[in-house]
Amino acid sequence: MNDVTRFDVVVVGAGPGGLAAAVTASAGTSSVALIDEGAAPGGQIWRRDVHAGHSLEGREWTAALAKTPVVTLDRAAVVDVESGAGRHRLLVQRDGRTMMVESATVILATGARELFLPFPGWTLPGVLGVGGAQAMAKSGLEVRGRRVVVSGSGPLLVAVAASLAKRGADVIAVVEQASPGMMFRFGAGMIAKPRTALEAMRFLQELRGGTLRFGRWVARALGRTRVEQVVITDGSNDQVVDCDLLCTAYGLVPNTELARLFGCRSRGTGIEVDIHQRASIDGVYAVGECVGVAGVESALIEGMVAGQAAVGLTPSDFVLRRRDQARRWGRKLDEVFALRPEVLGLASADTIVCRCEDVRLGAIDPSWSRRQAKLYARVGMGACQGRVCGAALQRIHGWEEDVARPPLQPVILSALTGSAAGALTGAH
Amino acid sequence: MSDRATCSVIIDGMPFEVDATISVAAALMNAGLHIRRSVTGEPRAALCGMGVCHECRVTIDGERHRRACLTAVAAGQVITRDE
Repeated sequence: MNDVTRFDVVVVGAGPGGLAAAVTASAGTSSVALIDEGAAPGGQIWRRDVHAGHSLEGREWTAALAKTPVVTLDRAAVVDVESGAGRHRLLVQRDGRTMMVESATVILATGARELFLPFPGWTLPGVLGVGGAQAMAKSGLEVRGRRVVVSGSGPLLVAVAASLAKRGADVIAVVEQASPGMMFRFGAGMIAKPRTALEAMRFLQELRGGTLRFGRWVARALGRTRVEQVVITDGSNDQVVDCDLLCTAYGLVPNTELARLFGCRSRGTGIEVDIHQRASIDGVYAVGECVGVAGVESALIEGMVAGQAAVGLTPSDFVLRRRDQARRWGRKLDEVFALRPEVLGLASADTIVCRCEDVRLGAIDPSWSRRQAKLYARVGMGACQGRVCGAALQRIHGWEEDVARPPLQPVILSALTGSAAGALTGAH
Repeated sequence: MSDRATCSVIIDGMPFEVDATISVAAALMNAGLHIRRSVTGEPRAALCGMGVCHECRVTIDGERHRRACLTAVAAGQVITRDE
């Protein structure tokens, strides 16, 4: 029962970054593992649609993966790590059991999650994220005929709205909080990226005229047991629209928990890496959105860079320059979609901000640190371990980043056996 | 939609015919059901759709705290909402 499976390279996360890293590394060694929580590779943006299958790019890379000897561990979550003697051990929970995976080289491609900013009514069933709505639709949520509002911020809004419209949803409104002036800058910037511009135009074609509005946001969701109406505002004028599916999120937050559990340094915007994607802990690399939100191209190139470096190859200057270019695009996006202060102030005192423990904003003293809020009001002590409320309250109350503690996901005690149990209760 | 494969699952002791390829969270929401109740009794359904928020947690085949958005339905699956 004390099995430890060793690999030359372990990749965590099977989105674009992880797929590129695993496929690239497997050109230099046949001993590669790819660990992912989902049911199949693809991550979020390349999530396989249960009916339509993969997108073109997703199919290309998952087909490339299938041609390699990479061992893919689906439905597997890394819950703890232990480093020492030149190797890293990962405790993985999968199908109600735990297993240990070990390697000298770990490539982290843990991606990003959505930023949810609380507002009155956001806990009603039928309120989803934007990427979240896409994920649910790809996993079989029926949206045909549903009255949909997409709101928040970022390039995902239009892309997801178009996708839902193609699935037969009645997309009533797409409201982006960024001002028209900011969006003009975004549009102008796309002259340098014709492929992105073309894609954006294709998305806009799916939407009825007048659907997309800027400088607006959803101030509240109304309904008894599920969302029935939403209030759209520009700060002065409110508009109430019937809606039974609200898709709302304010951009992406990098998933840095696992990297920080290893002890890697991270800035607020992502894990620190050098030019070859090496993080600050020996043998650990990081690529893609968890290094900083910058899109698919960035993740793919960085995955390739890390995959090469991990097997002792030197990435070419050409590839590194393309990587830097892709990162610069990401920073441009941050500027254009910067959040206006109003969307940080939508919650009232009796709006629930910690959904796991039903803690309302008014129960949290603004002068408290994150740790004090946890101890005095239970904020962040629930199942999501502060991933949802923490990101919001960091921006609302100026909290510091949380300390990463194991287990990274709730672990069923009965799943722990022998040395696995010892690892979790041991040296932290 | 009429020629898609379906399967039977049990939700809170009642049989449901669902699309055979979808996630448990999608199946629950397609059936018009909320997924869990919060600590103060609010009905909740999926939010993040990708395993982060844990709003979709249900008991599946006796295993508690499974994230329904990350779990596919299966023939004969027993789904119990923590009510």
